[in-house]
Amino acid sequence: MDARRESEPTPMKNRTTVERKSERELVVTRTFNGPARIVFEAWTKPELLKRWWAPKSTGVSLLSCEADVRVGGRYRFEFGHEASKPMAFFGRYIEVAPHSRLVWTNDESDDGAVTTVTFEEKGGRTLLVMHELYPSKEALDGAIAGMEGGMPETFAQLDELLVTLGASVGRS
Amino acid sequence: MVQYVRACFDASFAALSDVTRRGVLEQLGRADASITDLAEKFHMTLTGMKKHVGVLEQAGLVTTEKVGRVRTCKLGLRRLEEEAAWIERYHQLWDARFDGLDKVVEELKRKEKVNGRKKRE
Repeated sequence: MDARRESEPTPMKNRTTVERKSERELVVTRTFNGPARIVFEAWTKPELLKRWWAPKSTGVSLLSCEADVRVGGRYRFEFGHEASKPMAFFGRYIEVAPHSRLVWTNDESDDGAVTTVTFEEKGGRTLLVMHELYPSKEALDGAIAGMEGGMPETFAQLDELLVTLGASVGRS
Repeated sequence: MVQYVRACFDASFAALSDVTRRGVLEQLGRADASITDLAEKFHMTLTGMKKHVGVLEQAGLVTTEKVGRVRTCKLGLRRLEEEAAWIERYHQLWDARFDGLDKVVEELKRKEKVNGRKKRE
């Protein structure tokens, strides 16, 4: 595909990084072997989003995908999992700068993050940075611990178990 | 997003839905044990216990190590480093998504090349 890498039959896979940057922020980065306008297109056309948003390996399938990518436009993804009832992921786009920047809210709960995705093109490749800002430390901690909504019973069960285990480990 | 990731977690937490498996975790919280020990303790066949341990292992809750003929089980890292495990899970999700996105990008690039002369300004 790329003349610079003649010796390699397939282009090298680019690395994905995930980092908790602060008490309220998560940052995901990845480089794509294509221009920003193309990567941006894949994030903004529902028929393209649909093709990569729900990878098979997660066991979750996308039931519907609507995205009206304009300032104030709404998105709504509904997904299903064999072990639970369908769930929706929805919110609004609050900034749309073609080929360079997308910002959306997550309106499922008051603890939803504001997500900013930037597309930075360099030499035909695009660095994508996805920044999620949660309203509070507790909101991100909650997302990580799974304290609210979703599957309260299972998580309560887990919490209980962790307390038991923590106590017994503490003793030894 | 949060809910989506949570759905992906289902598999791991399903491991905890079983009384025996919770008992095994509690037991391992006290001390490491071999599969044979665990099978005896829970009055089960070796095969049955192997299955339970396998589920816990897949969920990252237990690790096992074979020394000689004995397979020893101990608590996995997920419990100790819940946040690190979550980040890892989140990483896996986005990595899988981006692999799919790579394919879409390649396809759009090819299309653009073909249509290039007609469409580009």
